[in-house]
Amino acid sequence: MTRIEKKFAALKDAKKKGLVIYLMAGVPDKKGTIEAVKIAERAGADFVEIGLPFSDPLADGPVIQAAGIRALKGGMTLAGVLELVKEIRKFTEIPLIGMGYINNVLHYGAEKFVADAKAAGLDGAILPDVPHEESADLREICNKQDFRLIEFVTPGTTPDRLAQTCESANGFIYAVSVNGVTGEKKIDYSIIGKVARKVREQTETPIAVGFGIGSAEAAVDAAKDADAVIVGSAVVRRLMDGKTQEAEEFVASLRRALDASY
Amino acid sequence: MTTGRFGKYGGQFVPEIVMPVLTELQAAYEKYKDDEDFKAEVRGYLERYAGRPTMLYYAKRLTEHYGKAKIYLKREDLLHTGAHKITNALGQAVLAKRMGKKRVIAETGAGQHGVATATAAALFGMECHVFMGTTDIERQKLNVFRMKLLGAQVIPVSSGTGTLKDATSEAIRYWAAHIEDTHYIIGSAVGPHPYPTIVRDFQSCIGSEIRAQAKKETGGRIDYLLACVGGGSNSIGTFYEFRDDKAVKKIGIEAGGRGEAEGDNAKTLSGTGKPGVLHGAYSYVLQDSDGQIVEAYSLSAGLDYPGVGPEHSYFKDAGIVEYVSVTDAEALDAFRRLSEIEGIIPALESAHALAYLEKLMPKTKKDEVVVLCLSGRGDKDVQMVAKALGEEL
Repeated sequence: MTRIEKKFAALKDAKKKGLVIYLMAGVPDKKGTIEAVKIAERAGADFVEIGLPFSDPLADGPVIQAAGIRALKGGMTLAGVLELVKEIRKFTEIPLIGMGYINNVLHYGAEKFVADAKAAGLDGAILPDVPHEESADLREICNKQDFRLIEFVTPGTTPDRLAQTCESANGFIYAVSVNGVTGEKKIDYSIIGKVARKVREQTETPIAVGFGIGSAEAAVDAAKDADAVIVGSAVVRRLMDGKTQEAEEFVASLRRALDASY
Repeated sequence: MTTGRFGKYGGQFVPEIVMPVLTELQAAYEKYKDDEDFKAEVRGYLERYAGRPTMLYYAKRLTEHYGKAKIYLKREDLLHTGAHKITNALGQAVLAKRMGKKRVIAETGAGQHGVATATAAALFGMECHVFMGTTDIERQKLNVFRMKLLGAQVIPVSSGTGTLKDATSEAIRYWAAHIEDTHYIIGSAVGPHPYPTIVRDFQSCIGSEIRAQAKKETGGRIDYLLACVGGGSNSIGTFYEFRDDKAVKKIGIEAGGRGEAEGDNAKTLSGTGKPGVLHGAYSYVLQDSDGQIVEAYSLSAGLDYPGVGPEHSYFKDAGIVEYVSVTDAEALDAFRRLSEIEGIIPALESAHALAYLEKLMPKTKKDEVVVLCLSGRGDKDVQMVAKALGEEL
């Protein structure tokens, strides 16, 4: 059991929706990322995703792309992210999930990555360019070390693939709200809501809906059929612009809206 | 492990959102690839519109220049739009049409694949978006205008370094958001399965034509097959037919650029590339010590891609093809040499294969046969070459 399961269990007991906040390691800088984790937790985040910057992030829109480039220019590396996680672990037990791309992990060595990430204090990883079909080897490594490899469903996931994902998923299932990349946009969350209900019929693994959420209203919509919502670009954008206080207020507004609605 | 592997290379390392459309494409391709009506339609366009089969030309003066083995050039440069790219673009456009897609998109570096796709889209009355890095748009104004003339919309990509790899990422991102009505015509034998197979299958007519033509020209004898390698579509098309012929020595020539330093060349297979994942496939990739993709460099815009098709990675490891490199300067010499000796201005990409003749020919014997894929014509490169040679136009 990792901090992820414990947190979802506590949320369930409290009848609350979970809030996952994405931060890019090294944005605005290393110290700023540590500060941002504190801010996010203080404002009501239940989980923090730590972005592992990659030069060619296929699943990300302009904000996270720019954040990745900024992090890389600042000298951030995969080993650097793990050092950062160790620093973060000194002051919080919030569940931390690394989000990055497979090439960095392969280059580092998959087994070594999982071992070092676990030791540093990460509870799991989200690798958007590893779909279910390509994840068997990595999943085995993660399972052995009690480290969560988060799997995805989307509006287009076919029933047979959804069933496979539900069977192997642990930690939580990342429900991508839209056919596209990360970034704030207007989305009809009832579409992914339907998918989430299908997932719910097949597994008890919690569901977190992400992509596109840029306001408290959107977070409430997205949370309807889910256990948690994931918000990234809307927070990272503010941190990139140096608007730390605004970022904190924004996260707090998400928390308030979720708690008021559910 | 998924289907679509060449040894351990290939696969489908793409976001979940792209998986349904890859599955759809895979099913459609399986359905049509052996369908007589589909094949006849593609062949019809290739023969009556693009100009296939292309000639296998005996380069007599170039042969005399070296005084060794006979040199034959596979004249892909004579195809409509000036390079082998049109073969794949037409094939995939017919496939897109059969799949009921109304829009095609493409990535382009130098603009050749963008022009080929815009051409095919015009021919079939399809909407066309071409993703191109802002750095490349600046370098290749002529091709940008050509695409516009053909009715395509050129979409500038400023993310990353604003070059081919970023344009490819952006095309994949756009595709993911428009999967219902859009087909992505990828320009090389790269990307997630089934693309490396689709592009190789369409381009493998290069090799099968060579075999048929060599029967007449040389009694079937071929000792060496040469082709340049960027993403690797003309080369996979050339080599695939001969993959089991051990007597035919197959050599892929990469861009050695301006030196050995990181970011100064595109020697993915013949230099410092290591297996990794770029644009959905596990293959050799130029990357730094942290696994970040390194920008490739070559004077030739069609070769400066930091990845390579996964089947080439397999061919390298299995020893089926030897991969070597030549520098910018060597390619420039070869560019001039073929122009002066044969009256053929080659594409800078093809000039890399030609440059390797300098190293290969002294080792050959007079009764041997060298076949080189002249993948494109060089009109597009004359400005670049003039600049490199210090000439004012």
